[in-house]
Amino acid sequence: MNIQIKNGRLIDPRNKIDAQQDVFIAERRIAAIGKAPQGFVAEQVIDASGLIVMPGLVDVAARLREPGYEYKATLESEMTAAVAGGVTSLSCPPDTDPPLDEPGLVEMLKYRARSLNQARVFPLGALTYGLKGTELTEMIELTEAGCKAFSQADAPLTDTRVLLRAMQYAATFGYRVWLRPQDSFLAKNGVAHDGEVATRLGLPPIPVVAETTALATALQLAGETGVKLHICRISSAAAVEMIRTAKHEGLAVTCDVSMNHVHLTEMDIGFFDANCHLVPPLRSLRDRDALRAGLKDGTIDAICSNHSPVDEDAKQLPFAEAEDGATGLELLLPLVLKWAEQERVPLLDALVQVTINPALLLGQKIGHLSVGAHADICVYDPKSTWKVEPAALKSQGKNTPFNGYEMQGRVRYTLLDGQIVFQQ
Amino acid sequence: MNNPQLNKQGELQHLLSTEGLPVPILRDILDRTASFVNVAAGSEIKKVPLLHGKSVFNLFFESSTRTRTTFEIAAKRLSADVVNLNIGSSSTSKGETLLDTVHNLCAMHADMFVVRHSSSGAAHLIAQHVAPEVHVINAGDGRHAHPTQALLDMFTIRHYKKEFHNLRVAIVGDVLHSRVARSQIHALTTLGVPEVRVIAPKTLLPACVERLGVHVYHDMLPGLRDVDVVMMLRLQNERMQGALLPSAQEYFKYYGLTQERLALAKEDAIVMHPGPMNRGVEIDSSVADGPHSVILPQVTFGIAVRMAVMSMLAGNT
Repeated sequence: MNIQIKNGRLIDPRNKIDAQQDVFIAERRIAAIGKAPQGFVAEQVIDASGLIVMPGLVDVAARLREPGYEYKATLESEMTAAVAGGVTSLSCPPDTDPPLDEPGLVEMLKYRARSLNQARVFPLGALTYGLKGTELTEMIELTEAGCKAFSQADAPLTDTRVLLRAMQYAATFGYRVWLRPQDSFLAKNGVAHDGEVATRLGLPPIPVVAETTALATALQLAGETGVKLHICRISSAAAVEMIRTAKHEGLAVTCDVSMNHVHLTEMDIGFFDANCHLVPPLRSLRDRDALRAGLKDGTIDAICSNHSPVDEDAKQLPFAEAEDGATGLELLLPLVLKWAEQERVPLLDALVQVTINPALLLGQKIGHLSVGAHADICVYDPKSTWKVEPAALKSQGKNTPFNGYEMQGRVRYTLLDGQIVFQQ
Repeated sequence: MNNPQLNKQGELQHLLSTEGLPVPILRDILDRTASFVNVAAGSEIKKVPLLHGKSVFNLFFESSTRTRTTFEIAAKRLSADVVNLNIGSSSTSKGETLLDTVHNLCAMHADMFVVRHSSSGAAHLIAQHVAPEVHVINAGDGRHAHPTQALLDMFTIRHYKKEFHNLRVAIVGDVLHSRVARSQIHALTTLGVPEVRVIAPKTLLPACVERLGVHVYHDMLPGLRDVDVVMMLRLQNERMQGALLPSAQEYFKYYGLTQERLALAKEDAIVMHPGPMNRGVEIDSSVADGPHSVILPQVTFGIAVRMAVMSMLAGNT
């Protein structure tokens, strides 16, 4: 279907466009920007007056909970949440049950996702069998099945020799390795940042050195093996500085941060709010400010939702016993906008973090609106405000530290492959 | 942020922590305790009818003899009906969640819960979910708080020292794992003690502990010098397994309270311990049983302070 999106403010970070331009879609792709191609007849016109037209968001970390945890969330529920949040592509960590360590599982997930025809799903393969940290998975097979990189998710990989070999093997074939740095001994039983709040509340701590020692190891091994390393969900000022240095030294390293850590700190735990039981833990204000600085200077490449839906019962427990995680797909865009506004980052720069940068991390030709690209588009109203209410969220996960927050920016249309998959 | 312990009138609705307790409420509890010490101390009046017709549920998810017993005695002296539940060995092992247990007990018309749990924040969680007329007393949650212990300690200090504003207090031992220490620190600083010290090796102190308003010492000698009150903490034997300490012997050698070390404190210093004591690990028997020790009076005051808290809560509906 030929669609014209007219009168909107087009923001395309990859092509550095921030201007009032119409978008013309034909045969599921971007046919033209600005002027209609010759002979173009719009079958549908979307009036985007006062709205912002941007590439659909690319979220590098969204747990869909399938297979294995359907009581927390299903593909149906979470894909609906994704497009409601303007997210048209997402990558999911391999920590399902069973983990994504077999090509068949990956093919099944891809097939299920495709048949729902909502967001694109790019699975990450398990780096080791069962995420146990001992044996390598069949990375070539998994890549052929659709995996875009290899990851341990949050499972520990304590044997550094296995890590070295996993990186060597991945480097042989040019595969990217994604790691969330955390020393499992230093973080053992911990549930909160090792700071004033954990001390006051008597919560078992996770020190910053749990992140930095693991990060130092990963960076050393990446330098040794030449693997393309992506560091997931950094949380501390010290880690930002280490990655900044590594990048200056020319190491092929990238990293992302969760939107929760861009906005919240340990103080938000308040009186044991289990919605703030997150992995990695919310750290100090100083750490949060360093993460924001890292986003500004390009040390951090992407902001993700770290969407991790949890069932209600698993949160109705004392803080340490409550399951970690929060829903996030529907909050990613407004939280990026909030950060951009607070830090006075121009939209064209801010949206890099949720469009072209994550697309490049996944090695996909998405996240931009060049002529010929897939017409994956998010149209949102920058003036519309709304309040986060659990019942109104499409995700099956209703828990978020942002419950009750006022958000600015509401998605009006989401297009995937030139088709409207969400509108309100 | 709302203080979850207070009702809309600013009165005590639950006792969850000594942190954030307004000074007038703290002082009120100590004053009431003084009046109950007489009831408790074997005078003519053994019972008062302040909680007559009320049901107090002792909800112990973690085993405890002393604390549970003192709560039970306190409730009975206030004429309440007391139900003891050792949940550790019943419902939760059958898969019932903490909140299901609480909802069920609310349906049995409980008026007050006394809760002990191994997880920090358990009492807060329960307080958020009980019916509005039900009161919750935290009898110890994880490493977080043990407010009635701290209150009885404050009463003991006031009993022997009269005032708080001129005191130097040292807390010695495993602050890291201690809910008692946290509650003591908040109570002492709230009541205006100008100098609170903690003395322990670095492995037994939590991060940023100085932000709680204490001075940190790693050495007993300067730490105990000229203090008015020495509050010892229990050292649990498991601490050796976690590589926090090499041995009980070495700990005693450097951090044990001996008569020789106590001599560094003021001449009239008092020595306190929340119990149960490990003689020869954190405290020498000659100190525990010596003239400076007020450890047994602490236990006696413990009943009165719990009566004070329960009666105050029952009056705030």
